Amino acid sequence: MELSENIILIIIVTSVATFISRFLGVLTAEKINEKSTIFSWFNYVAYSILAALIARMIIFPASALQDSSLIIRLIVVSICIAVFIYSKKNLVLPTILSFILLTFLA
Amino acid sequence: MIHSKSYLQGLKSLISIRSPALALACSFIALGALFKQAGFNLQQSLASSFFTYALPGQLVMTESFLIGASIINIFLSVWLVNFRLYPMTVALVPVLKHKSQPRWKYYLSCHFIAVSSWLIVKDEYKKIDKKFRIDFWMGIGSGTLAAAVFSTYLGYTVSDYLNQSMMIGLAMVNPVYFLCMMIGAMADVKTRIAIISGIILGPLFYLVSPEWSILLAGGIGGTLAFLIKGKNGTI
Repeated sequence: MELSENIILIIIVTSVATFISRFLGVLTAEKINEKSTIFSWFNYVAYSILAALIARMIIFPASALQDSSLIIRLIVVSICIAVFIYSKKNLVLPTILSFILLTFLA
Repeated sequence: MIHSKSYLQGLKSLISIRSPALALACSFIALGALFKQAGFNLQQSLASSFFTYALPGQLVMTESFLIGASIINIFLSVWLVNFRLYPMTVALVPVLKHKSQPRWKYYLSCHFIAVSSWLIVKDEYKKIDKKFRIDFWMGIGSGTLAAAVFSTYLGYTVSDYLNQSMMIGLAMVNPVYFLCMMIGAMADVKTRIAIISGIILGPLFYLVSPEWSILLAGGIGGTLAFLIKGKNGTI
Protein backbone atom coordinates (compact mmCIF):
# COMPACT_ATOMS: atom_id res chain seq x y z
CA MET A 1 0.00 0.00 0.00
CA GLU A 2 1.09 3.56 -0.66
CA LEU A 3 2.64 5.05 2.51
CA SER A 4 0.35 8.07 2.49
CA GLU A 5 -2.81 5.95 2.11
CA ASN A 6 -1.53 3.82 4.93
CA ILE A 7 -1.22 6.84 7.21
CA ILE A 8 -4.77 7.98 6.38
CA LEU A 9 -6.06 4.50 7.16
CA ILE A 10 -4.36 4.32 10.55
CA ILE A 11 -5.65 7.80 11.44
CA ILE A 12 -9.20 6.65 10.67
CA VAL A 13 -8.73 3.39 12.59
CA THR A 14 -7.27 5.24 15.61
CA SER A 15 -10.11 7.78 15.60
CA VAL A 16 -12.80 5.08 15.40
CA ALA A 17 -11.13 3.00 18.14
CA THR A 18 -11.08 6.10 20.33
CA PHE A 19 -14.60 7.36 19.62
CA ILE A 20 -16.16 3.95 20.42
CA SER A 21 -15.37 4.42 24.13
CA ARG A 22 -16.77 7.96 24.23
CA PHE A 23 -19.90 6.91 22.32
CA LEU A 24 -20.55 3.86 24.53
CA GLY A 25 -20.05 6.13 27.53
CA VAL A 26 -22.90 8.44 26.47
CA LEU A 27 -25.05 5.41 25.64
CA THR A 28 -24.47 3.94 29.12
CA ALA A 29 -25.05 7.33 30.76
CA GLU A 30 -28.53 7.59 29.17
CA LYS A 31 -29.93 5.49 32.00
CA ILE A 32 -27.70 6.77 34.78
CA ASN A 33 -28.70 9.41 37.27
CA GLU A 34 -25.99 11.52 38.93
CA LYS A 35 -27.26 10.58 42.37
CA SER A 36 -27.20 6.83 41.72
CA THR A 37 -24.75 4.36 43.26
CA ILE A 38 -23.53 3.20 39.86
CA PHE A 39 -22.62 6.78 38.95
CA SER A 40 -20.59 7.10 42.11
CA TRP A 41 -18.70 3.87 41.26
CA PHE A 42 -17.90 5.11 37.74
CA ASN A 43 -16.78 8.43 39.21
CA TYR A 44 -14.19 6.89 41.56
CA VAL A 45 -13.01 4.46 38.90
CA ALA A 46 -12.51 7.35 36.46
CA TYR A 47 -10.45 9.33 38.97
CA SER A 48 -8.42 6.27 39.88
CA ILE A 49 -7.76 5.40 36.22
CA LEU A 50 -6.53 8.94 35.55
CA ALA A 51 -4.27 8.79 38.61
CA ALA A 52 -2.86 5.46 37.41
CA LEU A 53 -2.32 6.89 33.92
CA ILE A 54 -0.49 9.95 35.25
CA ALA A 55 1.74 7.88 37.52
CA ARG A 56 2.51 5.63 34.56
CA MET A 57 3.33 8.67 32.37
CA ILE A 58 5.89 9.83 34.94
CA ILE A 59 7.43 6.50 35.98
CA PHE A 60 7.18 4.49 32.73
CA PRO A 61 6.81 7.20 30.05
CA ALA A 62 5.96 6.47 26.42
CA SER A 63 7.02 9.88 25.11
CA ALA A 64 10.30 11.77 24.81
CA LEU A 65 10.50 11.50 28.61
CA GLN A 66 12.01 8.04 28.11
CA ASP A 67 15.31 9.83 27.50
CA SER A 68 15.39 11.43 30.95
CA SER A 69 16.25 9.71 34.22
CA LEU A 70 13.55 8.62 36.65
CA ILE A 71 15.24 10.34 39.60
CA ILE A 72 15.24 13.70 37.80
CA ARG A 73 11.57 13.29 36.84
CA LEU A 74 10.61 12.49 40.43
CA ILE A 75 12.58 15.45 41.77
CA VAL A 76 10.99 17.82 39.23
CA VAL A 77 7.49 16.49 40.01
CA SER A 78 8.06 16.97 43.75
CA ILE A 79 9.30 20.55 43.29
CA CYS A 80 6.34 21.39 41.02
CA ILE A 81 3.80 19.95 43.45
CA ALA A 82 5.38 21.94 46.29
CA VAL A 83 5.16 25.11 44.17
CA PHE A 84 1.53 24.29 43.33
CA ILE A 85 0.59 23.90 46.99
CA TYR A 86 2.55 26.91 48.27
CA SER A 87 1.33 29.21 45.48
CA LYS A 88 -2.27 28.58 46.63
CA LYS A 89 -2.96 26.21 43.75
CA ASN A 90 -1.63 28.31 40.89
CA LEU A 91 -1.38 25.93 37.93
CA VAL A 92 0.57 28.13 35.54
CA LEU A 93 3.70 28.36 37.73
CA PRO A 94 4.32 24.62 38.20
CA THR A 95 3.64 23.81 34.54
CA ILE A 96 6.11 26.42 33.25
CA LEU A 97 8.61 25.37 35.90
CA SER A 98 8.35 21.71 34.88
CA PHE A 99 9.27 22.61 31.30
CA ILE A 100 12.23 24.79 32.28
CA LEU A 101 13.59 22.36 34.88
CA LEU A 102 13.41 19.31 32.68
CA THR A 103 14.76 21.05 29.58
CA PHE A 104 17.87 22.04 31.49
CA LEU A 105 18.28 18.96 33.67
CA ALA A 106 17.62 16.27 31.08
CA MET B 1 -30.11 26.17 20.35
CA ILE B 2 -26.92 26.75 22.27
CA HIS B 3 -27.02 29.05 25.27
CA SER B 4 -24.25 31.41 24.22
CA LYS B 5 -23.58 32.87 27.66
CA SER B 6 -22.81 29.43 29.12
CA TYR B 7 -20.86 28.43 26.02
CA LEU B 8 -18.67 31.53 26.31
CA GLN B 9 -18.25 30.94 30.00
CA GLY B 10 -16.87 27.48 29.15
CA LEU B 11 -14.62 28.92 26.49
CA LYS B 12 -13.34 31.49 28.98
CA SER B 13 -12.10 28.77 31.34
CA LEU B 14 -9.25 28.41 28.84
CA ILE B 15 -7.82 31.76 29.79
CA SER B 16 -8.21 31.36 33.54
CA ILE B 17 -5.44 30.66 36.03
CA ARG B 18 -6.50 26.99 36.05
CA SER B 19 -6.49 26.85 32.29
CA PRO B 20 -5.50 23.55 30.68
CA ALA B 21 -4.46 25.41 27.51
CA LEU B 22 -0.78 25.76 28.37
CA ALA B 23 -0.28 22.10 29.31
CA LEU B 24 -2.36 20.99 26.36
CA ALA B 25 -0.34 23.20 24.01
CA CYS B 26 2.99 21.82 25.24
CA SER B 27 1.98 18.20 24.77
CA PHE B 28 0.45 18.75 21.33
CA ILE B 29 3.45 20.81 20.18
CA ALA B 30 5.58 17.79 21.09
CA LEU B 31 3.13 15.53 19.24
CA GLY B 32 3.20 17.74 16.13
CA ALA B 33 6.99 17.55 16.08
CA LEU B 34 6.82 13.78 16.54
CA PHE B 35 4.40 13.46 13.59
CA LYS B 36 6.83 15.34 11.38
CA GLN B 37 9.70 13.08 12.41
CA ALA B 38 7.53 10.02 11.76
CA GLY B 39 6.85 11.14 8.17
CA PHE B 40 3.26 12.38 8.46
CA ASN B 41 2.32 15.42 6.36
CA LEU B 42 0.72 18.50 7.94
CA GLN B 43 -2.86 17.67 6.91
CA GLN B 44 -2.56 14.15 8.33
CA SER B 45 -1.14 15.47 11.59
CA LEU B 46 -3.96 18.00 12.00
CA ALA B 47 -6.57 15.40 11.06
CA SER B 48 -5.23 13.03 13.69
CA SER B 49 -5.48 15.63 16.47
CA PHE B 50 -8.92 16.76 15.31
CA PHE B 51 -10.50 13.33 14.86
CA THR B 52 -8.75 11.34 17.57
CA TYR B 53 -7.95 14.03 20.14
CA ALA B 54 -6.50 11.66 22.73
CA LEU B 55 -2.78 11.93 23.28
CA PRO B 56 -1.92 8.43 24.59
CA GLY B 57 -3.78 6.85 21.66
CA GLN B 58 -2.02 9.09 19.16
CA LEU B 59 1.35 8.16 20.65
CA VAL B 60 0.49 4.47 20.39
CA MET B 61 -0.61 5.02 16.79
CA THR B 62 2.65 6.72 15.83
CA GLU B 63 4.81 4.10 17.52
CA SER B 64 2.85 1.24 15.98
CA PHE B 65 3.13 2.89 12.59
CA LEU B 66 6.91 3.25 12.95
CA ILE B 67 7.39 -0.41 13.85
CA GLY B 68 5.01 -1.46 11.05
CA ALA B 69 2.25 -3.00 13.19
CA SER B 70 -0.84 -4.37 11.42
CA ILE B 71 -4.07 -2.35 11.22
CA ILE B 72 -5.91 -4.76 13.51
CA ASN B 73 -3.11 -4.50 16.08
CA ILE B 74 -3.22 -0.72 15.94
CA PHE B 75 -7.00 -0.80 16.41
CA LEU B 76 -6.79 -3.08 19.44
CA SER B 77 -3.94 -1.28 21.17
CA VAL B 78 -5.52 2.15 20.63
CA TRP B 79 -8.90 0.87 21.82
CA LEU B 80 -7.33 -0.53 24.97
CA VAL B 81 -5.22 2.54 25.75
CA ASN B 82 -8.17 4.89 25.21
CA PHE B 83 -10.77 2.74 26.94
CA ARG B 84 -10.34 5.00 30.00
CA LEU B 85 -12.59 7.42 28.06
CA TYR B 86 -15.52 5.06 28.67
CA PRO B 87 -15.67 5.40 32.50
CA MET B 88 -14.70 9.07 32.16
CA THR B 89 -17.71 9.68 29.89
CA VAL B 90 -20.10 7.78 32.15
CA ALA B 91 -18.78 9.80 35.10
CA LEU B 92 -19.39 13.08 33.28
CA VAL B 93 -22.55 12.96 31.13
CA PRO B 94 -25.08 12.44 33.99
CA VAL B 95 -24.04 15.75 35.63
CA LEU B 96 -24.53 17.59 32.33
CA LYS B 97 -27.91 16.06 31.52
CA HIS B 98 -31.08 18.09 31.40
CA LYS B 99 -34.40 16.99 29.96
CA SER B 100 -34.79 20.18 27.92
CA GLN B 101 -31.54 19.52 26.03
CA PRO B 102 -31.44 17.52 22.76
CA ARG B 103 -29.54 14.21 22.72
CA TRP B 104 -27.34 15.10 19.75
CA LYS B 105 -25.45 17.57 21.92
CA TYR B 106 -24.28 14.73 24.17
CA TYR B 107 -23.31 12.40 21.33
CA LEU B 108 -21.44 15.18 19.54
CA SER B 109 -19.71 16.73 22.52
CA CYS B 110 -18.46 13.41 23.90
CA HIS B 111 -15.71 13.78 21.29
CA PHE B 112 -14.29 16.61 23.42
CA ILE B 113 -13.68 14.32 26.39
CA ALA B 114 -9.98 14.13 27.21
CA VAL B 115 -8.10 14.23 30.51
CA SER B 116 -7.57 18.01 30.53
CA SER B 117 -11.10 19.05 29.55
CA TRP B 118 -12.60 16.41 31.86
CA LEU B 119 -10.67 17.58 34.92
CA ILE B 120 -11.69 21.20 34.27
CA VAL B 121 -15.39 20.51 33.75
CA LYS B 122 -15.56 18.18 36.77
CA ASP B 123 -14.05 21.00 38.77
CA GLU B 124 -16.41 23.72 37.60
CA TYR B 125 -19.78 22.28 36.54
CA LYS B 126 -21.42 22.93 39.91
CA LYS B 127 -21.21 26.68 39.33
CA ILE B 128 -23.39 26.41 36.22
CA ASP B 129 -27.18 26.15 36.09
CA LYS B 130 -27.99 22.52 35.32
CA LYS B 131 -30.06 23.49 32.31
CA PHE B 132 -27.05 25.00 30.51
CA ARG B 133 -24.24 22.75 31.71
CA ILE B 134 -24.01 20.97 28.37
CA ASP B 135 -23.46 24.31 26.61
CA PHE B 136 -20.80 25.23 29.17
CA TRP B 137 -19.13 21.88 28.47
CA MET B 138 -19.28 22.44 24.71
CA GLY B 139 -17.44 25.72 25.28
CA ILE B 140 -14.67 24.04 27.26
CA GLY B 141 -14.51 21.10 24.87
CA SER B 142 -14.45 22.96 21.57
CA GLY B 143 -11.88 25.39 23.01
CA THR B 144 -9.51 22.65 24.19
CA LEU B 145 -9.89 20.74 20.92
CA ALA B 146 -9.09 23.88 18.91
CA ALA B 147 -6.06 24.53 21.14
CA ALA B 148 -4.86 20.96 20.56
CA VAL B 149 -5.20 21.19 16.77
CA PHE B 150 -3.49 24.58 16.64
CA SER B 151 -0.63 23.33 18.84
CA THR B 152 -0.16 20.31 16.59
CA TYR B 153 0.23 22.77 13.72
CA LEU B 154 2.70 24.83 15.72
CA GLY B 155 4.75 21.78 16.75
CA TYR B 156 4.83 20.47 13.19
CA THR B 157 6.06 23.83 11.89
CA VAL B 158 8.71 24.50 14.54
CA SER B 159 9.90 20.90 14.90
CA ASP B 160 13.28 21.67 13.30
CA TYR B 161 13.99 24.18 16.05
CA LEU B 162 13.17 21.83 18.93
CA ASN B 163 16.10 19.90 20.34
CA GLN B 164 15.77 16.70 22.36
CA SER B 165 16.00 18.47 25.75
CA MET B 166 13.13 20.74 24.80
CA MET B 167 11.07 17.76 23.64
CA ILE B 168 11.66 16.16 27.04
CA GLY B 169 10.71 19.40 28.79
CA LEU B 170 7.50 19.66 26.75
CA ALA B 171 6.56 16.06 27.53
CA MET B 172 6.91 16.74 31.27
CA VAL B 173 4.37 19.57 31.39
CA ASN B 174 1.28 17.45 30.85
CA PRO B 175 1.80 14.91 33.65
CA VAL B 176 2.74 17.71 36.06
CA TYR B 177 -0.40 19.70 35.17
CA PHE B 178 -2.61 16.60 35.48
CA LEU B 179 -1.08 15.69 38.81
CA CYS B 180 -1.63 19.20 40.22
CA MET B 181 -5.24 19.17 38.97
CA MET B 182 -5.75 15.79 40.62
CA ILE B 183 -4.34 17.03 43.92
CA GLY B 184 -6.73 19.96 43.62
CA ALA B 185 -9.62 17.53 43.09
CA MET B 186 -8.93 15.55 46.28
CA ALA B 187 -11.68 17.28 48.24
CA ASP B 188 -13.11 14.27 50.07
CA VAL B 189 -11.64 11.12 51.59
CA LYS B 190 -13.12 8.77 48.98
CA THR B 191 -11.74 10.70 46.01
CA ARG B 192 -8.40 10.87 47.81
CA ILE B 193 -8.36 7.07 48.21
CA ALA B 194 -9.30 6.61 44.54
CA ILE B 195 -6.47 8.89 43.38
CA ILE B 196 -3.75 7.67 45.73
CA SER B 197 -4.47 3.99 45.11
CA GLY B 198 -4.41 4.67 41.34
CA ILE B 199 -1.02 6.35 41.65
CA ILE B 200 0.39 3.40 43.62
CA LEU B 201 -1.25 0.52 41.73
CA GLY B 202 -0.77 1.90 38.18
CA PRO B 203 3.03 1.62 38.04
CA LEU B 204 3.00 -1.61 40.13
CA PHE B 205 0.65 -3.39 37.71
CA TYR B 206 2.63 -2.00 34.80
CA LEU B 207 5.48 -4.31 35.80
CA VAL B 208 3.16 -7.30 35.32
CA SER B 209 0.98 -6.21 32.38
CA PRO B 210 1.71 -2.89 30.63
CA GLU B 211 -1.46 -3.06 28.48
CA TRP B 212 -3.96 -3.74 31.25
CA SER B 213 -2.23 -1.95 34.14
CA ILE B 214 -4.13 1.35 33.96
CA LEU B 215 -7.61 -0.17 33.69
CA LEU B 216 -6.91 -2.78 36.37
CA ALA B 217 -5.36 -0.29 38.77
CA GLY B 218 -8.21 2.20 38.24
CA GLY B 219 -10.86 -0.52 38.52
CA ILE B 220 -9.47 -1.77 41.83
CA GLY B 221 -8.58 1.67 43.24
CA GLY B 222 -11.97 3.11 42.29
CA THR B 223 -13.89 0.15 43.71
CA LEU B 224 -11.90 0.41 46.94
CA ALA B 225 -12.80 4.09 47.28
CA PHE B 226 -16.42 3.31 46.42
CA LEU B 227 -16.71 0.61 49.12
CA ILE B 228 -15.17 2.62 51.93
CA LYS B 229 -17.78 4.35 54.05
CA GLY B 230 -18.06 8.08 53.55
CA LYS B 231 -18.66 10.77 56.17
CA ASN B 232 -22.36 10.09 56.67
CA GLY B 233 -21.90 6.32 56.67
CA THR B 234 -23.24 5.88 53.14
CA ILE B 235 -21.40 4.38 50.21
